[in-house]
Amino acid sequence: MLLTIEINGQQVSAKRGETILTVLNRIGVKVPTLCFFGSLSPTGSCRMCVVEVEGLTHLVPACSHQVEEWMQIHTHSPRVLKARKALVELLLANHPDDCLYCDRNGSCELQDLSEELQVRERRYPSSHKPVQIDKTCASIQRDPGKCVLCGRCSRVCTEIIGISAIDSVGRGSSTRIGTSYNKGLNYHACVKCGQCIMSCPTAALTERKSLPRVIEALGNPDLYPVVQFSPTVPGAIAEEFGLKSNKDIMNILRSALKKIGFRQSFDVSLASDITIMEEAALFLERWPRKTTLFTSCCPSWVRYIEVFRPEFVEYLSPVKSPQQIMGALIKQYITSSAGIKSEKVFVVSVMPCTSKKTEADVEGNGTRSVDAVITIRELVKLIRLLGIDLNNLEPEPAENAFSISSSSGRLFGVSGGHLEGLMRSIHFLNTGQELNPIKINDLRGLKPKKESRMRINKLPVNVVAVNGLANAIALMDEIAAGRDDIHIVEVMACPGGCINGGGQKIGTDEKMLKSRMKALYDIDEEEIVKVAHKNPTLNELFDKFLSKPNSERNREVLHKDRSKIISE
Amino acid sequence: MPVQDISDNKAFLTEKVIKNYSGIFDKSSLSRIASIRRDTVDRPVIYIGTGTCGIISGAKSTLDKVRKFIAENKIEASIIEVGCNGFCSAEPLLDIQLPGKTRLSFHNVTEDKAEDVLNSALHHTVQADLVLGQYRQAGLEEWPNVRLIDNLPWFSLQTRHILKNAGIISPASIEEYIVRGGYKSLYKTVLNYPADKICEIIEQSELKGRAGGGFLTGRKWKIALDTAGDQKYMICNADESDPGAFMDRAIIESDPHRVIEGLAIASYAIGASQAIIYVRSDYENPLKVLEYAIKQAREYGLIGEDIFGSGFSLSINIRRGAGAFVCGEETALITSLEGQRGLPKSKPPFPAEKGLWGQPTVINNVETLANIPGILENGPGWFKSMGTQSSKGTKLFSVAGKAASTGFIEVPMGISFSSIIYDIAGGVRDGNALKAVQLGGPSGVCIPPAELDTPLDFEALSGIGAKLGLGGLVILDDKTCMVNLTRYFIDFLQKESCGKCIPCREGTRKMLDILNGITKRPKEESAHETLERFKGVVQLENLAHVISDTSLCGLGQNAPNPVLSSLKWFREEFEEHIFDRRCPAGVCHDLRTFYIDVDPCTGCNICQKKCPENAIIGSVKMPHFIIESKCTGCGICFDVCKFSAIYFK
Amino acid sequence: MEAIFEKYSLKKPESLIPLLQEIQEANGYLTDEIVEKVSVHLNIPTNRIYGVATFYDQFRFKRRGIFHIRVCRGTSCYLCSSSSYLKEIEKLLKVQDGSVTRDKKFSLETVNCMGGCSQSPVIRINDTYYHHLSVSDLGEIIRTLREKSE
Repeated sequence: MLLTIEINGQQVSAKRGETILTVLNRIGVKVPTLCFFGSLSPTGSCRMCVVEVEGLTHLVPACSHQVEEWMQIHTHSPRVLKARKALVELLLANHPDDCLYCDRNGSCELQDLSEELQVRERRYPSSHKPVQIDKTCASIQRDPGKCVLCGRCSRVCTEIIGISAIDSVGRGSSTRIGTSYNKGLNYHACVKCGQCIMSCPTAALTERKSLPRVIEALGNPDLYPVVQFSPTVPGAIAEEFGLKSNKDIMNILRSALKKIGFRQSFDVSLASDITIMEEAALFLERWPRKTTLFTSCCPSWVRYIEVFRPEFVEYLSPVKSPQQIMGALIKQYITSSAGIKSEKVFVVSVMPCTSKKTEADVEGNGTRSVDAVITIRELVKLIRLLGIDLNNLEPEPAENAFSISSSSGRLFGVSGGHLEGLMRSIHFLNTGQELNPIKINDLRGLKPKKESRMRINKLPVNVVAVNGLANAIALMDEIAAGRDDIHIVEVMACPGGCINGGGQKIGTDEKMLKSRMKALYDIDEEEIVKVAHKNPTLNELFDKFLSKPNSERNREVLHKDRSKIISE
Repeated sequence: MPVQDISDNKAFLTEKVIKNYSGIFDKSSLSRIASIRRDTVDRPVIYIGTGTCGIISGAKSTLDKVRKFIAENKIEASIIEVGCNGFCSAEPLLDIQLPGKTRLSFHNVTEDKAEDVLNSALHHTVQADLVLGQYRQAGLEEWPNVRLIDNLPWFSLQTRHILKNAGIISPASIEEYIVRGGYKSLYKTVLNYPADKICEIIEQSELKGRAGGGFLTGRKWKIALDTAGDQKYMICNADESDPGAFMDRAIIESDPHRVIEGLAIASYAIGASQAIIYVRSDYENPLKVLEYAIKQAREYGLIGEDIFGSGFSLSINIRRGAGAFVCGEETALITSLEGQRGLPKSKPPFPAEKGLWGQPTVINNVETLANIPGILENGPGWFKSMGTQSSKGTKLFSVAGKAASTGFIEVPMGISFSSIIYDIAGGVRDGNALKAVQLGGPSGVCIPPAELDTPLDFEALSGIGAKLGLGGLVILDDKTCMVNLTRYFIDFLQKESCGKCIPCREGTRKMLDILNGITKRPKEESAHETLERFKGVVQLENLAHVISDTSLCGLGQNAPNPVLSSLKWFREEFEEHIFDRRCPAGVCHDLRTFYIDVDPCTGCNICQKKCPENAIIGSVKMPHFIIESKCTGCGICFDVCKFSAIYFK
Repeated sequence: MEAIFEKYSLKKPESLIPLLQEIQEANGYLTDEIVEKVSVHLNIPTNRIYGVATFYDQFRFKRRGIFHIRVCRGTSCYLCSSSSYLKEIEKLLKVQDGSVTRDKKFSLETVNCMGGCSQSPVIRINDTYYHHLSVSDLGEIIRTLREKSE
């Protein structure tokens, strides 16, 4: 039902039930927000978006107050501006003010608010006290001193991820975002997905930096630094540096990585192809007997199952994640091709993910497959540090044989992509015919849960792709309650998949997600090799370093014994 | 008195008394009622006030003493524990009713006095120094030379409807409540009226919520009644957390069934079959009283399934708060009931539309609900005839602080502050001068003597920038430092802020910082800091306005009230603190400057030894001297001096 | 404790606070292990429970002393200088508000209002109330209690 309201003297029509903020956004009036965040439920706690409504005694928050017929709203009246400024000043009075030394210098919402509202002096004396930084976790670092208690991280962790690893603790002025018993993030609940970092307006939550170690390794003449990157990296770099995300971008990235000092670069997608082949073989070995397979490429998801749902561990695919497979193969390949001792090879992963940092640390068995994991954000900082101008780089084609991957492997970057690639190969391996059409539309898009009911050899195969761990938890509840019609479940802890991973650019919005997703689908359109089983490198690989999919040799190298649950 | 079987009484009371419309009883019923009412007694009855205030004053020890005394002397007497009659400073209260005589009341009967009081009364003499008065009871022999209790200034100006049973009946006896007209209104309601009619009657009475908001109760009920919902909830808010306010506690402890009856009627009116009483966790005694009363009401079929065969069913559950001031706010109370941190939510939507579990929910406080049975018994016109244009009926106030008499009272709306302070409470204790009256709990205001003729009602109070709140009055004498008291309130509020919204969480903390700067002495004082403190006061006012303008809930919106009201009426005290660094009341320890009077000083040297700042000089057996610039005003020297040679300004 | 869990066997989130209250009454205080158990029982993440438990004054993660001293900080008691009583107790016992003495005999806590405003200042030790005391009486009271516990 439409109603008319007045905003800053202008008549505007609005729908009943809409919030003031929705209307303001539609008509292009910008009011600052802090605690309001995307799809999360508004709490109206920061009061930054307050507006004046004639006839009401108090200012009201635009984010959670609904429009009503009689409303006359002033969004930038002197009273409102004074209030907003005072709120920012209050936050600053309790903030360390070390912007010049801060990880989020230049990308901080508090900084932006302070500039926007023209805070130019310290009216309230500082009451900031140094706080212990939580460095217990290998993926995420918490600095409660910089926290403005907007509650976005805890809402993400509860509403999107479903874990509540961090939540409000205490009351009044001693309220803080904390962990159970103040024992540090690593204690047990956190799945390290890093979505909290993506939601944090300040540097209260950041990734644990591996960059210093990487820079050190790059400068160490005894080491042979090489790099592998996730299929989401080229697109993210293009986006960050304003380049076109076309075919060249991959080679521009390779060129930049070379300039940084990496001796060779590898696309992790090859390992994704291997994962597909292994899982396809594994699945077909059991099928059409009753079987359920959970994918295992997302370490946050794996961690969730291992910690919270150990009864489902047997359903997890035993195949290691592509990062770990690739790291191990790279070390073998370089040893055999360049004659360099395995321990001298320093493998760096560039990932859209914070969870991979912990994964690389934990899955070592003494010898590490991956020596350091940096997020895309860290790579961007590294490129800037070294003054590499991507706009003027000559694209450099891949030099090693490990550079060819199918577009199926690349699709791992988006939720549903792993399943799509897997189904293509399962279909071919079972029937001898390519899936037609090769695109599985049911599994595409940003929906949190995508189901596809397929038939292979006239027998049903039901697959589900879920993103956002909370949705997966709901699905687990269904399965625990007896749902048994699903054959394969693909889970990505981050909403949308790796294109929205915890290591992506801060400030990722839906528009960016859509364009990142489209970039990966476009590659699938353009690429000639669309399926893992047609990847020519794979045959060589299986001959040289491995054996037949799901063979004893492969199980030894590529599989992980899930009966031993990591206990930290 | 023949001992009656309870079930027998139960049938009599539910069938004969509650359902009797005319009020005309046969002779045997009348005598039975009289004996339950204890209009006549056949052996001595001893009443002891064992409400929380009584317990704190030592009533339990008095009770033990009385029991022992009776047993040892083999006296045939019954002992009845009652709630407080409101005159808390007279606790422990002990009443004695001898057969044929009126009930006699004694004040401050601590255990050491109990024996004498009893002994003399049982021998028909009265201990004059401890007697409070005797009750007005027609047809009984009066005690000579003992004033009537309702002629005492404390009681004579009160209009007691909610409190009419307080201190008189046993809170553990549903029978006593019923024979005094109890549960009749509930019976009338569920049998004769549709729910919307009840909402209408209450709206006609113009009863406004007694928890501060001042919204028309009947209208709130109607909204909940008219909003569709699968399961509506009626909540009684007994999370009375304003320090200095204890009326809700008192009602529950003295007359719990009045609250239960009100709650049952309210539930019926909004169409709720589930009611919850949310009781403050510290209220151990009220909790016990309520639990027992609910059990009794259930046994009597007054709550439960199909009440009076009307088809209306109601279950009442008690939930204990877990200790958070903010949970008095209705949306915070709801989140707390849902098992979460008690954080308030933005309104609208109001709970009456979307409350507990998203269902229509009405929250009324204890006093509001205690008004309901009376309104239905006597009609909305009766209720409207009391009070003022904007505020009808009576209101409970607690009188605490430095008043000569303290406790809780029930007076018609619109009575003036001065009437309560001087006529009822007997002025300020120890003959000191009145400095201000604090009204409305920690986020209330301090009203100066010049405004004491203001009538206590919703409209007149908002005229002077005050709010009625729960009705807690704290009397402040001239030894009170207004800056320090303001600091105390802000400290309380910043501790009790839920921490959700920035203005309340950070703003109250900053206000406290500024007030600390004014009331405390920093290590090194300089002109610059005076300027900073001065700026602090300017900021204090700005900040106060922003906090009240932007905070999410009532706690934050009202948090700056103590600051704003004190700055308005007691600004010169702030200025003295800031510019002269002096606390006129001598309360802010840090600001005291100490001096040594040379005459009494014997030069014992102890002050010099104890001074942590080495600010005292002087040789042994010679008068000592304090170096003002070094003195931090800690007062240790003042405490240790045996010759009263040290004084401060 | 199992019996208490039994009582709240429905996995309803609103059971959290009453359940914690009953457990604390039985156990005297809450522990990390209790929170873990409640988490499993009610299917609520531990951090949520910890957040709730730290929000309300009533819940504690420390054992109380044999003698638990409560000093009222209500307005009326504050006006009757309850803060100097608090300071004196802190000095006598060498503890801070909210903590326990090293010998575990005394614990100290301030409360908002006990409802004894006419008897200010009110101090409660276990179930005994003290009112209209003078600051100098405190030493004697504490000494007596200490002797009693030995």
